[in-house]
Amino acid sequence: MSALTDLTIAEARDKLAAKEIRATELTEAYLTAIEASDLNAFITVTPERAHEMAEASDTRLAAGTGRALEGIPLGIKDLFCTEGVRTTAGSKILGNFTPTYESTVTQNLWDAGAVLLGKLNLDEFAMGSSNETSAFGPVLNPWGENLVPGGSSGGSAAAVAAHLCAGATGTDTGGSIRQPAALTATVGIKPTYGRCSRWGIVAFASSLDQAGPIARTVKDAAILLREMASLDLKDSTSVDRPVPDYEAALEGGVKGKRIGIPKEYRVDPMPPALDALWQQGIDWLKDAGAEIVPVSLPHTKYALAAYYIVAPAEASSNLARYDGVRYGLRVEGDDIIGMYEATRAAGFGDEVKRRILIGTYVLSAGYYDAYYLRAQKVRSLIARDFNRAFEKDIDALLTPTAPGPAFSIGGKPDPVEMYLNDVFTVPVNMAGLPGISVPAGLSETGLPLGLQLIGRPFEEDGLMPIARVIEEAAGHFQPPAR
Amino acid sequence: MSVDLETVRRVAHLARIKVGDDEAVRLQDELNAILGFVEQLNEVDVDGVAPMTAAVDASLRRRVDEVTDGGNPERVLANAPAADDGFFVVPKVVE
Repeated sequence: MSALTDLTIAEARDKLAAKEIRATELTEAYLTAIEASDLNAFITVTPERAHEMAEASDTRLAAGTGRALEGIPLGIKDLFCTEGVRTTAGSKILGNFTPTYESTVTQNLWDAGAVLLGKLNLDEFAMGSSNETSAFGPVLNPWGENLVPGGSSGGSAAAVAAHLCAGATGTDTGGSIRQPAALTATVGIKPTYGRCSRWGIVAFASSLDQAGPIARTVKDAAILLREMASLDLKDSTSVDRPVPDYEAALEGGVKGKRIGIPKEYRVDPMPPALDALWQQGIDWLKDAGAEIVPVSLPHTKYALAAYYIVAPAEASSNLARYDGVRYGLRVEGDDIIGMYEATRAAGFGDEVKRRILIGTYVLSAGYYDAYYLRAQKVRSLIARDFNRAFEKDIDALLTPTAPGPAFSIGGKPDPVEMYLNDVFTVPVNMAGLPGISVPAGLSETGLPLGLQLIGRPFEEDGLMPIARVIEEAAGHFQPPAR
Repeated sequence: MSVDLETVRRVAHLARIKVGDDEAVRLQDELNAILGFVEQLNEVDVDGVAPMTAAVDASLRRRVDEVTDGGNPERVLANAPAADDGFFVVPKVVE
């Protein structure tokens, strides 16, 4: 038998239910793997909490009252508030902040029986595409020496890829679940805006932020999403719609489905491996019975620029709360303004400061119309492009997830160049749509590449069988043994 | 549009972030690079386009106007850098 940590969530769930393995031994196997790992994927490991939760799961499993995720050990991005467990958002400014409440998404997971292994590393306040902006140091990608895992959910993606947890939560504001999933050969879902509650998640850009799973297989991601999603009266943007059984939707096939290929998702220059991968994806779906339809999303090229106005603007407002008064770091100054300024200067890293300043500038008197209002209008045009494509009976759009494979730590020192990583994922957030990244192949240098499927609002279940066809055709990709 | 050093300082003060002299110069370059990048939005014809105000078409729910939470001053203050007698403590603001 292979190692316990090699079991997928679906496999572990079945073995736990059949009493072939115990939750405590599964949890212990992961804690041992985390201990031995040098990826810096976790900021905080919670062995005591994990043991307690696993023991409670074993009691339930023995009694035959196991729930959907009973005994499944998960890692949680350190942006989700966890009661009694330090939550850092990857920043120094939160200090030893220990929430006195639990985020809705994580509470849903514990209510389904999942086990908390610890809190996963991330870019500071989820602002980054490489996990290099974390105040707790960069995360290493298990796929190679000195490679970034992508970001901002870099710890989540690296931990899932390296089998340090059975699955993980992430958040995605402009690609922060899908891009790291692509760079580590894992599956990542950014659900429709409103599908998962944002309550208790440290806010970055509230009109874009959405929680979702990162897992090893499409099936595991489907299992996790079903438990994460819910109506939550504490988040006024959470939607009152039934949560489908995503797992049951997996095996529907793609016969007769219409898959749109947006011609604007072609970067210049287009790396040959990425081009070939995209064509391969088209061929796989065509061979499985889908109809391929060329579509146009003419405002795609403006999505990133509009995003880098809207997201920093919202961030500058959301991050105003870190003032050294209610929680986190305080650095004294001459007076209260001096205290605010000293605290925020010491507590925020460079990328966060850049974005707060850009956001403050574009919202400031005299510039609001020229920048923020214009960006929000462009955002309407981006959303309209998608609506028009879907009106033509398109079931999903197929695109690459990221413009290239994992790069070296320190390899993209220019902020704007770093932002280009999210060129294919940002439009989806701007329009509030669901997207999934599926591992689809390897680059010339043997590093993972992903394909992205984009769906209609709240039709994550419709994406599942399409993602499954790509996954089955592409096969699974394991990082080289370290 | 580009920002001068004085604007960087003014915006930093609005954002309540202290920046040193060298840092302000570096931030000026970085902000101008980002503002240069977003300049392309001026090419887009947005005449008659309404700004997007919600990611998903949905009207906000209303709820009954009643207290659903509260009465936990200890929990509210638990993470405060300085607290006393049920209050957050800040530097003196009124002489």
